Amino acid sequence: MDYIIEMRNIVKEFPGIRANDDITLQIKKGEIHALLGENGAGKSTLMSVLFGMYKPESGSIVLRGEPVQISGPKMANSLGIGMVHQHFKLVHNFTVLQNIILGVETTKNGFLKMDEARKKVMDLSEQYGLKVDPDALISDISVGMQQRVEILKMLYRDNDILIFDEPTAVLTPQEIDELMEIMKGLAAEGKSIIFITHKLEEIKRVANRCTVLRLGKYVGTVNVSDITVEEMSEMMVGRKVILDIEKEYKEPGKPVLEVENLTVIDNRSKKDKVKNASFKVNEGEIICIAGVDGNGQSELIYAITGLIHADSGVIKILGEDVTKKSIRYRNTHGLSHIPEDRHKWGLVLDYNLAENLILMEYFEDKYQKCGFLKEPEIIKYAEKLIAQYDIRSSEGTKTKVRSMSGGNQQKAIAARELSRNPDILIAVQPTRGLDVGAIEYMHKEIVKARDNGKAVLVVSFDLSEVMRLADRILVMYEGEIVADVKPSEITDKELGLYMAGAKRREAI
Amino acid sequence: MKKKFSLPDFTNAAGPISSIVAILVGLLSGIIILLISNPARALDGFLWIIAGSLMSPKDIGNVLYYATPIIMTGLSVAFAFRTSLFNIGASGQFIMGAYGAVLVGVKLQSLGSFHWIVALLTSIVFGALWALIPGILKAYFNVNEVISFIMTNYIGMYLVNSMVRSTVYHKLTNRSLPVAESANIPKIGFDKIFPGSSVNGGIVIAILISILIYILLNKTTFGFELKACGFNNDASRYAGINAKKNIVISLLIAGALAGMGGGLLYLAGSGKYIYVEDIIAPEGFTGISVALLGMSHPIGTLFAGLFVAYITVGGSYMQLSGFVPEIIDIITAIIIYFAAFSLIIRNVLYKLKTRNAGDKS
Repeated sequence: MDYIIEMRNIVKEFPGIRANDDITLQIKKGEIHALLGENGAGKSTLMSVLFGMYKPESGSIVLRGEPVQISGPKMANSLGIGMVHQHFKLVHNFTVLQNIILGVETTKNGFLKMDEARKKVMDLSEQYGLKVDPDALISDISVGMQQRVEILKMLYRDNDILIFDEPTAVLTPQEIDELMEIMKGLAAEGKSIIFITHKLEEIKRVANRCTVLRLGKYVGTVNVSDITVEEMSEMMVGRKVILDIEKEYKEPGKPVLEVENLTVIDNRSKKDKVKNASFKVNEGEIICIAGVDGNGQSELIYAITGLIHADSGVIKILGEDVTKKSIRYRNTHGLSHIPEDRHKWGLVLDYNLAENLILMEYFEDKYQKCGFLKEPEIIKYAEKLIAQYDIRSSEGTKTKVRSMSGGNQQKAIAARELSRNPDILIAVQPTRGLDVGAIEYMHKEIVKARDNGKAVLVVSFDLSEVMRLADRILVMYEGEIVADVKPSEITDKELGLYMAGAKRREAI
Repeated sequence: MKKKFSLPDFTNAAGPISSIVAILVGLLSGIIILLISNPARALDGFLWIIAGSLMSPKDIGNVLYYATPIIMTGLSVAFAFRTSLFNIGASGQFIMGAYGAVLVGVKLQSLGSFHWIVALLTSIVFGALWALIPGILKAYFNVNEVISFIMTNYIGMYLVNSMVRSTVYHKLTNRSLPVAESANIPKIGFDKIFPGSSVNGGIVIAILISILIYILLNKTTFGFELKACGFNNDASRYAGINAKKNIVISLLIAGALAGMGGGLLYLAGSGKYIYVEDIIAPEGFTGISVALLGMSHPIGTLFAGLFVAYITVGGSYMQLSGFVPEIIDIITAIIIYFAAFSLIIRNVLYKLKTRNAGDKS
């Protein structure tokens, strides 16, 4: 069988850990090959080996039948290997065109020859159906568009082995659909694609074959059409995973969070980001806010948690009006918040795990006396949470959070917020970027909080998550709540119509 | 808000090591300059830099004396760094503090044995108030602190010049009047241990303050908040920390430290006067190098201040090897400024380390 690229029996060791233990990856020309594995399974290490950033202890790379020694990313690039990173590497105040040619500019006597470059970019964008405006600034275009620019960058460099590192993590459902089409188109044109992900549905949708890694070891390579999603997740996690959320019907109690006629106006554009939103979250109830990213969900949550102030309307926690109260006041009066961006909001990455676990409570008498931190108590509490929530890190309480995996960072936030025993738990995209095992864990915790009589408000862009988790679904479209439904009363398709603004029902 | 400075990580051994490497690189470049300017006496001169300040008790005493004010300005800059603010205005706060100390030292002679304490406290207050203005501008009007600090350096200098003229001026010498004997910081026996030097109790105060700042930053809820704001402003807001208040308080303390440095120098009883001239106090800028060399860590800053003083005193002996004072200034400046590259060296060390160890995720 002919492979365009093979990585044979790769072994890469780091002090104390075998990140890649005899891993073989074989890619055929023109296929979409998924690389599946939990966080820490060795996917990134394997790709770094492919790009020559790490030198493997043993194993070989065979490119188009010839063994090669790849010395670094530059060489990988010249061999036709390109990658779209999870976090894009674009210059924000450059235009699309400038970004694409950056580093491989054609020049004449030291002057840029933009016309040729422009023509090539336009041809490529035509050929692969990647519509972009070459003169738009990166800072002005959407995340999905930025991703297209990254893809065009690879194509412009005549790469024919394309690596996508968790490309859908940052996209809306619509953008994901478009990306899937683009990937299929690229494969049809003879490009070979390595698709790194842990979203099984996506693999099912586009990939031809799938290689599964677990804890640095090679589990197997399968034809995607021969295997079910459940079997794939079992291969990945090493045990059966319950994708369905078990949750019993519970009669909701009295209202905990009440939002009345809330309006938030954006300072810069003067547009209402949230328009006259009203809803209640009751005890023992999970409310999911569905909607396409950017329809006011973030602003709604910021207003409820106090990160921005509401322009009008009332927010009540347990009947008390907190609209004008400080963030600290809300945090200490029953509100817990798992924020959407754990690096921006949720964690102080340069603080250690213990310090992050008390981030919301360091000022409480439990942890300080006369302004001095009680270190032994803090460590004891952190150790308790680490054990209880199974937060894994290299050095326990002393671990810098920056060095922890995304899943464990999220667990740390969840541990901190849930252990504060809130009346209302707000979780925004609680499972973003997490692998199946961690998602299962987060969902369980959220349901547990609900079963303990907490009110839970979840914002998610993942429809299947919304449908599984929610007791009631609110749909936001352009800042308005356009639907308030029970998951049992609605189909995915109908929900999609609400999200697209094609249908609306007055909030109850 | 983007983080402007990468803050040092002292749990990491690369911290002190990188400072030491930086110092060695600085010394090496010093030798090169010496070789260029006078090859025959280069080694001689270099030995003076290294050993000159250890020749006699007097020299050691002078190292401690020179170190005192720059430890304080270093602490001032380092403290502001912790909240990710760049206190380039330490010079202004320093000279304001100096003026406060001199004013009280000259005018309030009836205070007796409390005189020097009141004078020193005045320098703290003057320095703090001078940093308060940029602090408020930064916190409530989002005015870039670097710009307002540079402006307050100049305003502070001219303001002190004019205030010295109108309050404590000695016309013939164009400088401030001498402070009363009672306003001088007690020698607490240092004049016996290090005879002939100007060292005094100020160095003890500087060391105590370094430890105090260390405790404040690392053991208290206030330090916890300040560092959280410095590391991640958004997350600290999310945690309900009042970032604006912390900016103001952080700069207030930074200003107090620099102002106190001014007080400690001008109350040293070493014959220091505020001259009415258009020169911004260099101690503030040296404080930036000291803070960088000390990795923004209070105890590191203490040692960095001592090192810079040690090089300065040693360098002053190079004239004995026939080097002109200007060359000496260049050499010490090069060593100090290379030393301040410790952050860069730290990053290099870190990169080497991660390249070897690799990223496990």
